[in-house]
Amino acid sequence: MLRRIPLSALIGLFVTGLFLVAAIFAPWLAPYGLTETVGDVWEPMSSTYLLGTDNLGRDLLSRMIYGARTTIFIAAMATALSFTLGAILGLLAAVVGGWFDQLLSRFVDLLMSIPTLIFALVVLSVLPGNLITLILVMGILDSTRVYRLARSVAVDINVMDFVEAARLRGEGRGWIVFREILPNALSPLVAELGLRFIFQVLFLSALSFLGLGIQPPDADWGGMVKENKDGIIFGIPAALIPAAAISILAISVNLIADWILNRTTDLKGGRGGN
Amino acid sequence: MATDAAFLEVRNLQIGATVYPPDAKPHDIRIVEGVSFDLQKGRVLGLIGESGAGKSTIGLATLAYGRGGVQITGGEIFLHGEDILSAGKKSVRTTRGSKVCYVAQSAAAAFNPAHRLIDQVIEASLENKVASKSVLTQRAITLFESLGLPDPQHIGSRYPHQVSGGQLQRVMTAMALCSQPDLIVFDEPTTALDVTTQIDVLAAIRHAIQKTGVAALYISHDLAVVAQIADEMMVLRHGKVVEHGDSRQIIESPRQEYTQALVNVRAIDHPPSTTDAAPLLKVGNITASYPGSDVAVLRDVSVQIQPGQTLAVVGESGSGKSTLARVITGLLSPSEGVVTFDDRVLSKSLGGRSRDDLRELQMIYQMADVAMNPRQTVATIIGRPLSFYFGLRGKQKRQRIAQLLESIELGPEYADRYPAELSGGQKQRVCIARALAAKPRLIICDEVTSALDPLIADGILKLLLNLQQREQVAYLFVTHDIATVKAIADSIAVMYQGQVVRYGAKAEVLTPPFDDYTDLLLSSVPEMEVGWLDGAIAGRRMESAGH
Repeated sequence: MLRRIPLSALIGLFVTGLFLVAAIFAPWLAPYGLTETVGDVWEPMSSTYLLGTDNLGRDLLSRMIYGARTTIFIAAMATALSFTLGAILGLLAAVVGGWFDQLLSRFVDLLMSIPTLIFALVVLSVLPGNLITLILVMGILDSTRVYRLARSVAVDINVMDFVEAARLRGEGRGWIVFREILPNALSPLVAELGLRFIFQVLFLSALSFLGLGIQPPDADWGGMVKENKDGIIFGIPAALIPAAAISILAISVNLIADWILNRTTDLKGGRGGN
Repeated sequence: MATDAAFLEVRNLQIGATVYPPDAKPHDIRIVEGVSFDLQKGRVLGLIGESGAGKSTIGLATLAYGRGGVQITGGEIFLHGEDILSAGKKSVRTTRGSKVCYVAQSAAAAFNPAHRLIDQVIEASLENKVASKSVLTQRAITLFESLGLPDPQHIGSRYPHQVSGGQLQRVMTAMALCSQPDLIVFDEPTTALDVTTQIDVLAAIRHAIQKTGVAALYISHDLAVVAQIADEMMVLRHGKVVEHGDSRQIIESPRQEYTQALVNVRAIDHPPSTTDAAPLLKVGNITASYPGSDVAVLRDVSVQIQPGQTLAVVGESGSGKSTLARVITGLLSPSEGVVTFDDRVLSKSLGGRSRDDLRELQMIYQMADVAMNPRQTVATIIGRPLSFYFGLRGKQKRQRIAQLLESIELGPEYADRYPAELSGGQKQRVCIARALAAKPRLIICDEVTSALDPLIADGILKLLLNLQQREQVAYLFVTHDIATVKAIADSIAVMYQGQVVRYGAKAEVLTPPFDDYTDLLLSSVPEMEVGWLDGAIAGRRMESAGH
C-alpha cells in the first residue's frame, strides 16, 4: 500500500502531519506563552527566539505554533460544516429533483453571485464576533461550492441502472442517497475536501488580515501577517513567516488532494477504490 | 518471401500489452500468439471469436496499428511483399490511407458530425493524392450507388446526423473503398444495426467487395453473419487460432470442439407450454408517451402472461418494447390503459405500489455492470432484497445467499467479491440472483443476453429456463434477437412503431401466413448456412417485383 504512494503525496502527508502535530501539542511545543512579551520589538532570529519577535516583542515561533492551532481548527470545523451541508443537500437535490432541486439550486446561485469575501465582511460586521459565528459564516458560504459538485456528480450516478433497481425495490430516499449514491460519489468529494480546506485557511487568513477574523491577542496566521506587515518597510521578515506557513500548508494539502483525485475518480469500483 | 498469389501474408504474429493491475506489479500479457494466414485478392477472410479473442487486434495489426498501448512484439506482415511492420512511419501513413482501409463498428462515432459526408469520404484519398477531387467525388457517387444508398448524387452533401445508422455504415464502407485499396478491414460493421437493416448493409458490402475485387478481413462474433460474406474463416480464442478453413467446412463440419459449440449455439430446445390458468399479468390498451412529448411511444398495447410462462416481446430499436417494460414496472405512467397483476390493478406510478407489488415483479437489465452498485459486494447486492422484503439477517441471510449463489451456479466464495471482479456472464448471473431473492412471480428481462458473447448468453438462457421450471416464475422477455425468442418463448408479441403487430402462441406467431413486418423481420435473421444471404435477397427481389 505505502509503496504505491507517489513522492509528492508523501511530502504532502509529511508536512501536513508536522503542522497537525504542532497544532495539537501547541502548549507543550511552544517555548513561550501566547501573549507573553519576552523581548524587544522585532528582534532578529537568534538561539533564544528562533524566529525572532513580533511587533509587541512576543516570541514569533510560539505565536506561529498557537496560530497553527487556531487556523487549522477553525478551517477544519468550517470545512466539516460546508461538506456535511453541501454534500447532503446536493445529493438530495439530485435524487429528489423537481421543484426541490430548482429551489435549492437557484438559492445557491444567488449566494454565489455575491463575492464571498464582501458577503462575509458584511455579515460578520453585523453579527456578534465570536468563534461560532465565524465558523458558521465560513461554512455556509463555502457549502455552495460543495453543493454544486455533489449535485453534478450525483445527477450522473442517479440515472444508472443500479439506482433504478433500488427504486424498483421500493427503497427510501435515505438508502438511495447514503447507500447507493454516496459511496460512488465519495472519491471526487474527498478530493474536493482537501481543496476546500485550503480555501478555508486562505479565507480565514484574509478575514483576519482585514480585522474581522480572529481578534487579538489570540494568534492566527492571517492576523500575524497583519500585525507584522509594517515591519516589512524596515526590512523585518516577521510578516513573511506566517505567510510562508499558509502557502506551505496549502501546497502540501493540495499534494494529498491531487493524489486522492488521481487514485479514484472512476465508477468501476472494486477494492482499489475504497 | 511473399508470393504473387498471396498479397497479404501474416507470419507468426505476436501481439502483447503491458497491464497495470491495481494490486500487483505491471506485467506483460500476450493478446495474440503465433497467428499466420495468407489472403488472396478478391477473397474475404472472416475472423471469429468472443470478446477478448484478439480479432480486432489482428485486424488493426494489418494496418500496422496497435490500439491503446498494444504492441506488435513479433512476426511479419507482408503487403505486396513489403514488410509493413518494419516500414517507416511515413510509408505506413500512405499505406493506411490508400492501400489498407478500416471500417469501424460504430459509424456514428467514427464520423465527424461537423463535416459533410462527401468531404469525409474522400478526405484520406485526397490527403494521399490518390486522385483529384473531382475524380474522387465521382468515384464516391458511383460507390454510393453500388452500395444502394438513396439519391447517390446528393447524399454526400448531408451531415452524418441526417442519415440513418444503416446508411452511415454504408457511407463508411464507401469511404474505405474510395481510394481503391487492396485490403479492407471490416470490424463488426453490422453489429450495432437492427436485423432488418443488417441484411441490406451486408448485401451492399458483399456486392461492393465482389465488384471491386478487393481483399477483406471481416471481423465478427456472429458466425451466421460471417458465413454469408467470407470465403474462409479463422476461429480465434484467447489470441490463438482454434480452426482455420473454408467457410463451408467450418459451418458444416467443424473439427474443433470450440467451433462446434459456436456453430450449435442457440440450439436450445424449449417446447412451448400452454396453460388455461388465469393470466398473471394483463396489460390492457396501454398508450404512453414520455414526459414533455406528445409522441405516443406505445399505442393501444395489450398482452398477457400466464403464471410460469414466458412472453417474448420482440422488435427493433425504437419499437417501444423497453418502454412497455417501463410502464409495467411503474417507472413510466401510461396516459391510458391499465396493468393488472394477479387480478389487482397496479398503480400507474411507482410510488403508489405496495411493497408486495414491487417484490413480485422484478427486473433484470441489459448491462449487468451498471445494474449493480460497484461499491457493494455480491453478498450485499443479493442480501439486500432478503432483508428488505423478508427481514432476514445474520445466519439465515447468509444461508439464503449461499443457496441463491448455488442456484445461479456460482460457489459461496463469490459472496465477498465486488462486481468489478466478476466476468460479464457472472455479473448477469448475480443480477438474476438478486431478482430471485425477492421470490418474484414475474421477472422482466430487458435484453439480458444482448451484451454477452453467444456461448455465455446460451448459458444464461439455459439457467433462466431451469429456474423457471423450479420456481414457476413467469418471464417477460424483451429482445431484438429472434434466435433468443425461439429458444425460450411460450408466446410472442411482435412490436413495430409502438404497436403490437402480431401476438399469440409461439408456434402460431412463427408460422405463415405472416403480416408484412413479421415476414421482413423473420426473413432478415441470418441462418447458420453458407449462401443464405443469396436466397434471402432473391426472395426479397421477387417479392418487390410481385408488388
